[in-house]
Amino acid sequence: MSLLKFKLGAIMIGICLLSSCSSIGVKPWERDLLAKKSMQPNPYPLETAADEHTYFSKEGSSGGKGFGGGGCGCN
Amino acid sequence: MLKPVLKLMLVSAFLVSHALFANTLDLNAYKGKVVYIDFWASWCGPCRQSFPWMKNLHETKAKDGLVIIGVNVDQDQKLANAFIDEFMPDFKIIFDPAGALASEFKVAGMPSAYIIDRSGKPRFKHIGYHADKREQYEQEIQTLLNEKSN
Repeated sequence: MSLLKFKLGAIMIGICLLSSCSSIGVKPWERDLLAKKSMQPNPYPLETAADEHTYFSKEGSSGGKGFGGGGCGCN
Repeated sequence: MLKPVLKLMLVSAFLVSHALFANTLDLNAYKGKVVYIDFWASWCGPCRQSFPWMKNLHETKAKDGLVIIGVNVDQDQKLANAFIDEFMPDFKIIFDPAGALASEFKVAGMPSAYIIDRSGKPRFKHIGYHADKREQYEQEIQTLLNEKSN
């Protein structure tokens, strides 16, 4: 009986902890902050694309960033 | 000797409190009028369409008892001022950079408009501004304007 109560208590606590995730994210009126350059995961997309192509080309045998396989012909 | 000091203290207390509470919204002051509260921001695209429409509304319906209040939620005051300089609204603008009013009204999208009737009861809520729904918005406002205040 006490094990059941313990399990029930643990489940309830787990549910309560999950509810704290409900305030994640910005409010609709705060979206201007998200649009700032400093908030972007990739603020310089063209430079990043050029860098990635360089790594992809250089690391021909390993496929560079992300996938395996390659060799010079694929780049 | 003490009287002018007391006077000065009272005046400064009044000014400070007025400054502190200048950006709050007291709907009781507008009882008997239809209030259109619009939450806007400089970064909000549809607001660029809604502002000329609201200006026109203010000019034509203010005499019938319509009060328009624009609540700005910009975090950067300079951007809000630039928007105001561009559109030159003649209705009341309140600044709510902390989002306290927006939270209170539970703003679900930008822009949002709330229409309060003459007795202070919220009657309509619009999430977003759509130019093709202007007639609907105007009809709702006119309905409330036609209602007599109690």
